[in-house]
Amino acid sequence: MIPELGHFALILALVMALGLTIIPLWGSFRGHYGAMRLAPSLAAGVVVFCSISFACLVVAFLQDDFSVRVVASNSNSLLPPIYKFSAVWGNHEGSLLLWVLILAFWIGAVATFSRGLPTIMLARVLAIMGAIAIGFLSFSLFTSNPFARLLPGVPADGNDLNPLLQDPGLIIHPPLLYMGYVGFSVAFAFAVAALLGGRLDAAWARWSRPWTNVAWAFLSVGIMLGSWWAYYELGWGGWWFWDPVENASFMPWLAGTALLHSLAVTEKRGLFKSWTVLLAIFAFSLSLLGTFLVRSGVLTSVHAFAADPARGLFVLVFLAIVVGGSLTLYAVRAPAVRSGIGFSLLSRETLLLINNVVFLVATLTVLFGTLFPLLMDSLGQGKYSVGPPYFNAVFVPLMALLVPFMGIGPISRWRDDSVNRWRSRLLVPGLVVVALAMILPWFSSQSFNIWVALAVLLSGWLLAGLWADFRDRSRNSPGLVRALRRQPASYWGMVLAHAGFAAVMLGVVATSQYSVERDLRMAPGESELLAGYRFEFVETRRLRGPNYLADGAYFAVYRGQKLVTHLLAEKRRYLASGSVMTEAAIDAGLFRDLYVAMGEPVGDQGAWAIRLHYKPMVRWMWLGALAMGLGGLTTALDRRYRRAARTPARADAHVAQA
Amino acid sequence: MHPQRRQRLWVVLSIVLFSSAAVGLAAYALRGNINLFYPPVEVAAGAAPVGTPIRVGGMIVDGSVQRAADSLEVRFAVTDYQATVDVVYEGILPDLFAEGEGIVASGRLSPEGVLVAEEVLAKHDENYMPPEVADALQQSADAGALP
Repeated sequence: MIPELGHFALILALVMALGLTIIPLWGSFRGHYGAMRLAPSLAAGVVVFCSISFACLVVAFLQDDFSVRVVASNSNSLLPPIYKFSAVWGNHEGSLLLWVLILAFWIGAVATFSRGLPTIMLARVLAIMGAIAIGFLSFSLFTSNPFARLLPGVPADGNDLNPLLQDPGLIIHPPLLYMGYVGFSVAFAFAVAALLGGRLDAAWARWSRPWTNVAWAFLSVGIMLGSWWAYYELGWGGWWFWDPVENASFMPWLAGTALLHSLAVTEKRGLFKSWTVLLAIFAFSLSLLGTFLVRSGVLTSVHAFAADPARGLFVLVFLAIVVGGSLTLYAVRAPAVRSGIGFSLLSRETLLLINNVVFLVATLTVLFGTLFPLLMDSLGQGKYSVGPPYFNAVFVPLMALLVPFMGIGPISRWRDDSVNRWRSRLLVPGLVVVALAMILPWFSSQSFNIWVALAVLLSGWLLAGLWADFRDRSRNSPGLVRALRRQPASYWGMVLAHAGFAAVMLGVVATSQYSVERDLRMAPGESELLAGYRFEFVETRRLRGPNYLADGAYFAVYRGQKLVTHLLAEKRRYLASGSVMTEAAIDAGLFRDLYVAMGEPVGDQGAWAIRLHYKPMVRWMWLGALAMGLGGLTTALDRRYRRAARTPARADAHVAQA
Repeated sequence: MHPQRRQRLWVVLSIVLFSSAAVGLAAYALRGNINLFYPPVEVAAGAAPVGTPIRVGGMIVDGSVQRAADSLEVRFAVTDYQATVDVVYEGILPDLFAEGEGIVASGRLSPEGVLVAEEVLAKHDENYMPPEVADALQQSADAGALP
């Protein structure tokens, strides 16, 4: 009964979304205020029915209702309850329903927090988001119904959730990632609504900026969690594979980063308007493309669920409608909103333009590498794969190119600036950073490494810029505390995000350059020296979990004579599916991780294939990404966005009276 | 020149410069870093190049997996039911590697026709088959060679 209720709620949500698209949009062109004011209520309807539908699926999973197909193939009665819950989105149908739920959440958030917008703008924004909801709701209902029953022939027990997904990281990774992905639909809706109205101004940028920042923040944290999960769960010790599906989430992030900075110019200076609109369309289109890549199974990837061509075709057609439609609208309307204010070559505008170009080029090279195999395959040129070396070779130099400008960014002035001013502020900190870059790498246990020195230089340069900027800002303040408190939230957000970027850079380079890893055959009693740590294989153990049996390899790690830690790596066999899974044992630290994973038994003397890793500073990457995410959230809390929401409300009332 | 025009010129120039640098980088990076998939039947027919990175995929032949006693070296054979290719790999195999399962191995072909693999990818869930392997098997089925 409950699955039917969920199915019915999903249909009602589709009806609501149809209403949300058609009625306010019609009203906005006919000047019918009654129709436009219906938008928030219809949006609430979408939210309610999507939530009911999702709740029904959750209940089906928690109650082990194996007559529902997705439950039977992705859950099991032995599964711990928390994983029964996360199994809801551990499959194609359920993850799509989660997508729809999160879209509904964003629709509801816009309807709630944008009451201050002009009625016509709010109506259009919600209508466009409603149209996106129609697309995804029909995708869910017509090609991948999560509530389909297995009648007759209800299985006695389920097939179990893929063991890789039975992990705390997977409980929060997809929801956060989707919050980011889908969040760009808000920026998209604002852009399209502005194009429809022909009104692209600073106010528009101010409305859409906090939404974009929040979406970007979620996407950053979501990607970071995915990387962290891959590191400890896949048993490879890798944290980024340039896997097509990682790229699928990374491309909207890159385009979104460009969008964030371009929105800043549009808000502050009224420039780059058409460009910003284009980026908003681009970022959301890449989110949709990502969905297509993940959900159609066209690419070989860790994330692909079993493929169904009809689904791929559906997303492709939807993608074509969204991209084609919005670009056509852009072509028709964008020339009307051109701006004519100038800026000099040395100015913050130019630096932000460089940011935009670099991020856009980076997006395109990643896009090219991701789609190249598809392209060659469809041309009948054979089945190619593009590996990490390609992506590293194009992506790393681009980022290195960006950083020198990124360091100057915070101290630069809008409109017109001078090299002398930059020199007077950055010369001394710059020299200090150069000195640090020469000295710091000597403190590692390994020999001097030029790439690490370069990373220290670039990260230090970013921090130097932030420091010089802070000194400028606090110059007229009597005390440090007062100066700290006087800065707006958007400033702190920027500082957090840029400092986070510096940490990511340092972490990535240090761990890539200094990591030591060894795969070897070890029997209990043997030990191995790795980067100054002695890993002693003490014994093997038999372990039993709620739904698996495991072999454990118990290690003691010594540094000199001192015991550092005990590590217990596991090789699990899940009872329901019979599949085998590696559970790595990690001793995490701010400056180094020690990592042990088991391969398979070798020979007949109880020996195992063992993977040992020493990974310095790998945490910096994730902590840095977390700081970037927090930075994105902080900027959205800035007071001026709350004030901004009130000002246009008065303007609107004025228009209404007139 | 009109300052605004000059500025626009700079913008256009920098975009052209950046994108050509990116295209150049991409082309350079692509040259050595893409590899092509060959089903075992093509490898056996000598269609695959020796010494360049390629990928070979198929089903692991039952009873072909042999582990060395004192190292992590492992030898196995993959088949598309028309031909088989021997693979040698040193390292830890993925969890879902087993006889009778589909895998993709990437590496270089030795002059003797053995694939020296640097990476072995197995499927990662019960119902999933790497698309290349699925295609190769389909071709074999079309040729009437499936068991």
